[in-house]
Amino acid sequence: MIATAIKAVKQTFLIVSLILLSWSQSMAAGGHSDEGFQPGAFIMDHIADSYEWHITTIGEKHVSIPLPVILYSEEKGFDVFLSSKFHHGHDAYKGYEIAHEGDLKGKIVYQNDGGEWVRPWDISITKNVTALLISMLILLWVFISVANAYKRRPGQAPTGLQNMLEPLILFIRDDVAKSSIGEKKYERFMPYLLTIFFVIFLNNLMGLIPFFPGGANVTGNIAVTLIFALITFVITSLNGNRNYWGHIFWPPVPHALKPLMIPIEIIGVFIKPFVLMVRLFANITAGHIIMLGFFSLIFIFGAMSPAAGYGVSVVTILFTVFMSFLELLVAFIQAYVFTFLSALYIGMAVEEAHH
Amino acid sequence: MINPDFGLLFWTLVSFSIVVFILGKFAWKPIMKSLKDREYEIENAIQSAKQAKVEMEQLQASNEKILLEAKSEREQLMKEAREVKETIIKDAKSQAAVEADKMMKAAKESIETEKAAAISDIKKQVTELSILIAEKILVKELGNQEDQKKYIDSLLKDINAN
Repeated sequence: MIATAIKAVKQTFLIVSLILLSWSQSMAAGGHSDEGFQPGAFIMDHIADSYEWHITTIGEKHVSIPLPVILYSEEKGFDVFLSSKFHHGHDAYKGYEIAHEGDLKGKIVYQNDGGEWVRPWDISITKNVTALLISMLILLWVFISVANAYKRRPGQAPTGLQNMLEPLILFIRDDVAKSSIGEKKYERFMPYLLTIFFVIFLNNLMGLIPFFPGGANVTGNIAVTLIFALITFVITSLNGNRNYWGHIFWPPVPHALKPLMIPIEIIGVFIKPFVLMVRLFANITAGHIIMLGFFSLIFIFGAMSPAAGYGVSVVTILFTVFMSFLELLVAFIQAYVFTFLSALYIGMAVEEAHH
Repeated sequence: MINPDFGLLFWTLVSFSIVVFILGKFAWKPIMKSLKDREYEIENAIQSAKQAKVEMEQLQASNEKILLEAKSEREQLMKEAREVKETIIKDAKSQAAVEADKMMKAAKESIETEKAAAISDIKKQVTELSILIAEKILVKELGNQEDQKKYIDSLLKDINAN
């Protein structure tokens, strides 16, 4: 019994170590430049979005998946081409190039008539977009097959994938939606709450896998969390009843306090989704930065002497294994917190007056 | 890092909206419905099981009652039967006794009658015999005393023999 447990732990450790090693290897290319290894650039490079999906570097050759670039500007019109045209950012194509420095570093820019470097309207299928779309396809496939399992076996005990996901679905329904919104009104919001939970959870988990199709920092990107928070804000505002708006514009406090409370309440309406956005973004990005920081140690010490690099890699792997488990927990907790707070805000908006 | 990228904003909004719509229609709706139905079914099953249990208990109770009733009825019947048996025996006995009494009485009566008849018959015969003896005595004229005595003795002997 104990022997098998130890064996299982050993195997897990081995697998996780191998995965993390492959990650560190695939990242090794990022931070290297003429001035040697720069951890800051290395880390930023990996948590930022990019126009191609870097898989690994063998010798001097970058292996990456080129992704479609879709651009529009009034001067140049529509342009659609593969990011491989840039040759990993070294070349310009049709007047577009990837900025190497400044505020727009890593983005596609072009020189306008005034000679300034400006951004076109850019709806390229970047690495994050690809990862997001892959996760959406996985979600569609998983949950439609689960739904079919429910239709195929009505009233019977769940099996397989259905059995694995049912506790989560029930958890969202009973402990998140019902408890925050109330028995009467929760059903209308279930599609959104379930979708947002599983989208965030799956993308958090995929972010922990170091190789394709994982490894993209989707939920750690502020644009993604902004949209999620914005949707929660829109749903909350559209469903807000008299009671909800009444509390905001005419809070039940003594008249003397009203000039103070009304602005606070109004700001609160916007702070709630803002906090949702920042919390998810910051937590996931922080997790990625910590992992990348540990890996940077290998290269920092490796630059001093190869032996030190190998020595530190053991410690790094130990730390990252620990962090990976912690991040698994964070992946769930952040998905849960986002969903729970969204449900809570919606619950506040639809709550009936009770005084 | 903290500047939201337009492309990602756009694609997130579009893909998320599509996914919410499709999952809402083809996944969450049937899943939620199935879960609800199943919960309802389970609730129902539990309720009906409880009811069945109560009914079972009632049935058992009534069974016991019936059994008890049957038992007491049987006892009653047995008691009645025993009583009937006893009365019949008693009646039979008393009737037999009465009958026997009657017969005895009849027998006694007939014996009495027979006896009376026999006695009267004997009396009649004795009378006739006396008359006959007297007649014979009278008819036979006795020669001597000896002969007379002898004759009377033989007569008496004759009577005794009779």
